[in-house]
Amino acid sequence: MLDRYKQVCVIIGASHAGVYAAFALRKEGWEGKIILIDRDPNLPYHRPPLSKKFLVNGGEIEKFALKPLNSYHKAEIQLELGKNVQSVNGQEKHILLGDGNKLSYDKLILATGADAFVPPIPGLEVGKQIFTLRSAEDVKEILNGLAHCRQKQIAVVGGGFIGLEIAASLSQMGAQVCLIERELRLLSRVSCPEISDWFENFHAEKGVSIELGKELKHVKRSGDTFVLECKDGTEFSAEMIVVGVGVKVNLTLAKSAGLDTANGISVNGFMQTSIQDIYAIGDCSWHKNEAYGDMMRLESVQNAVEQAKIAASHICGNDKKLSNIPWFWSDQFDAKLQMVGLTTAYDKLCVRKESNSNSLSVWYFKGEKLIAVHAINHPKAYVLGTKFIKDGSILDQNKLQNPQIDLKPDLILA
Amino acid sequence: MAVINFITQEGEKISVEGTSGSIMELATSVGIAGLDGDCGGVCSCATCHVYVNETYRKIVGEAEKIEKEMLEFDELAKENSRLSCQIEISEKLDGIELIVARE
Repeated sequence: MLDRYKQVCVIIGASHAGVYAAFALRKEGWEGKIILIDRDPNLPYHRPPLSKKFLVNGGEIEKFALKPLNSYHKAEIQLELGKNVQSVNGQEKHILLGDGNKLSYDKLILATGADAFVPPIPGLEVGKQIFTLRSAEDVKEILNGLAHCRQKQIAVVGGGFIGLEIAASLSQMGAQVCLIERELRLLSRVSCPEISDWFENFHAEKGVSIELGKELKHVKRSGDTFVLECKDGTEFSAEMIVVGVGVKVNLTLAKSAGLDTANGISVNGFMQTSIQDIYAIGDCSWHKNEAYGDMMRLESVQNAVEQAKIAASHICGNDKKLSNIPWFWSDQFDAKLQMVGLTTAYDKLCVRKESNSNSLSVWYFKGEKLIAVHAINHPKAYVLGTKFIKDGSILDQNKLQNPQIDLKPDLILA
Repeated sequence: MAVINFITQEGEKISVEGTSGSIMELATSVGIAGLDGDCGGVCSCATCHVYVNETYRKIVGEAEKIEKEMLEFDELAKENSRLSCQIEISEKLDGIELIVARE
């Protein structure tokens, strides 16, 4: 009986997944020690506001804390912030900290997330006036960089969610933003062309200059300005560059332990890795999505929270099964995009443009089956979409795309 | 300062003192079961759903359009449903009772 109080669960990574796992362990009845480690020295915080409210308003990151400090004390979660982990030894069950100390564990959860990816383009090196955005510290550096710009002329590289959110925020702060995207449309990896076009027009109306089909060739610095030269010969100048093209999953520790990896750390339905007593959750996990059947890696709060609960439950012997439909959101200027489901396999689209409003919803189908909904300024479409996907409802697509027919279940179900 | 009373789906009553911020932030700071606030308070996830007791409904006020739409087809929604991330704490709310909608 005494043993369970002596057991140690170490969690590496204290963002959404790691923090939720720590609290979920207590909720599921873990009576041993919980040690939560992160290289970021700040009290763990919400990451989504980094590119939105926190960038626009600045201030202290504590305002966005996931939990106040005293809740860690109350739950007896030992925080080790500002600490690096060098490696994991899965056979001897210990980790090696940056200061050379070893820390033994009984259970280990890797919630190591991902790092901002910087494409290998000559001259595009993070440093003086070239930034990425992944942490609170990154935001402070961007704000500091912005303060040094005389004209506030900024180039944002990447037209996915992060690039668009950064462009919107900087633009709201009075910057002249030019967004450069390699593909011929925005959000090309996740959305259909209708959503891409909507955001292209929307950003243009708000004063962001959107440059599509522009593949960067090299970046040159001349005095206080950069010249961004594209492969088609066009050039853009900027005093500051923010790179927002996506992430590279962080596999260093997983590899040091010899864990199986693919595009992430491979896990089973209980978030167990290939080595006993090591789990992986959140942005870094390569997992099978039960609802969609594919192996995938998801970068979202919902995925982080859900996998944290599953791992905690399995560690405590309760084997909770959860299979929510993935959901995401993005706020840009005053527009809200809400997404539910995964679009990868769609073969048919149903676009619904509400009359007299700026609401748009796109319904993605595979055959008759609704697999995803993207709703712009349209929470009702998002909520109903979630419900229909969960229930496996069959919809009358003609009625669905007719804005004269109210968006109500009894009116649009087939 | 206002005392906010949460009643969980398990029937537990938890009273917490708050001064500012949203009800959701107060709830997550003390870890009220069923109030998660996964999206951080931007009205995107509906994981902070509460029912407001009758006496306080007028004081709390009406939900904005976006919040109403988030709740309209929520299977747990009732007449007195609100998303607690959209309710700011003020002295007027002192003594309020909020039933947590989710387990």
